[in-house]
Amino acid sequence: MLNSPDAAEPAVVIEGLRVRRGRADVLHGLDLHIPRGQVVGLLGPSGCGKTTLMRAIVGVQKVKAGSVSVLGQPAGSAALRHRVGYVTQAASVYDDLTVRQNLDYFRRVLGAGRADVARAIAATELEDCAGRLVSSLSGGQRSRVSLAAALLGSPDLLVLDEPTVGLDPLLRVELWALFHRLAGSGTSLLVSSHVMDEASRCDRLLLMREGAVLADATPAELLAETGAADAEGAFLALLRRRHARHALPDAADDADAGASTDVGEDAR
Amino acid sequence: MNAGRTLATAGRILTQIRHDPRTIVLLLVVPSLLVGLVAWIFTDTPVFQSIGPAILALFPFTVMFLVTSITTLRERRTGTLERLLSMPLGRGDFILGYTLAFGLLAVVQALLACAYAIWVCGLDVKGDPWLLVAVAVTDAVLGSTLGLFASAFARTEFQVVQFMPLLVFPQILLGGIFLPRDQLPAGLKEISDWLPLSHAVDALNAVSTNSHDAAYVGGQVLIIAAFAVAAVVLGALTLQRRTA
Repeated sequence: MLNSPDAAEPAVVIEGLRVRRGRADVLHGLDLHIPRGQVVGLLGPSGCGKTTLMRAIVGVQKVKAGSVSVLGQPAGSAALRHRVGYVTQAASVYDDLTVRQNLDYFRRVLGAGRADVARAIAATELEDCAGRLVSSLSGGQRSRVSLAAALLGSPDLLVLDEPTVGLDPLLRVELWALFHRLAGSGTSLLVSSHVMDEASRCDRLLLMREGAVLADATPAELLAETGAADAEGAFLALLRRRHARHALPDAADDADAGASTDVGEDAR
Repeated sequence: MNAGRTLATAGRILTQIRHDPRTIVLLLVVPSLLVGLVAWIFTDTPVFQSIGPAILALFPFTVMFLVTSITTLRERRTGTLERLLSMPLGRGDFILGYTLAFGLLAVVQALLACAYAIWVCGLDVKGDPWLLVAVAVTDAVLGSTLGLFASAFARTEFQVVQFMPLLVFPQILLGGIFLPRDQLPAGLKEISDWLPLSHAVDALNAVSTNSHDAAYVGGQVLIIAAFAVAAVVLGALTLQRRTA
């Protein structure tokens, strides 16, 4: 059974998750397992439901149906609030505090040790601006402060929504190295990105489109299965295949197979 | 709820404000300036003597309402509230942290305004001036808690500012500053009985004329405090961990 409490139990188990925002379904019946101790990439175009899925895992999203279980407990339960770190897409830190003051406040909310602040600052290479007000930092530095706040208290699951946007390439490489170090020490990470070239850095990939998961595989499996040279190509191959299957009944009794342009508007 | 987290939150808010000296000056000086303006307008008339105490209730209340509603709205909009609610911070910790931080500012603000009214503008207080301060502080705290509550119903800064005329102006109009409350038409008098600012004005008038004992003033302060507690509870209920 999946819910046996052994170490191989997935970090996140999602069954039949449906989320409705406004009038449209953003996620329609998602089933998903996220393994422990790996860096899992969540890739897909903007508006495909990545953020909504992450919010559901963190437990701040109202859901219509289905279940989300995180580290063996229902998402959002009080016991998980120490164990799940969440970085939103926009840096959610206080502009009118210094980097260190921000981290010190979040540390006190988490009840983590004083030394955690220095550790998080070092991990995100913010030593040089630790005493500066966040409002005076660049976009990339601000998102690193937000990431540093999520590292406080060494959570078991890190949910990171586009943490590498706008960072210089060298820093990006270093952050991915950090993610793998964290995974090596047992942390599970879910990292979203809309940049396909980050796919090869993940242990496992989830490709999303229009509120559904197109693929859930390792990068190597994905390339082997689709015969593509990179993640972008694999994504396209999957889309074509899916669409071909979709269009098959029509194509069979209708010579006009040109209906392929209505793949669908992006669900908001 | 947890005292450490509440105090950490209050400390964080005060540190934020410390980084913004202009706001501190405005918060502390504007009520006194306005009290001074009213005193100046009514030089050589007995009017300041009769409405001065009520003015002491009005400005701290309004200023704290605005400042708190906008700060908490900003917290909702920048995602920091969502982050905090995904952490082990209780909703009560958040609201009480705000109430403490702004309450402390309200104490300083009310002290300055009362001192200015008495010593500079010559407001004659027959009762205990400390009671005047106590009422003004409770009233300013009420302003903050109402501001916290109002911020839940606004999506933008534009909207939240509109709550001031909605929630604050009727209380000013019916509070007995324009017309003593016992001269209000039937119906309005009863409504004004249910508005917290009316009780603040009654209490301040009672202190300045020494027409009632301290127990009466204490009772009025309790009524105001009850409104503040209600606003805190309602405000905490509006903080949803899960949002659409």
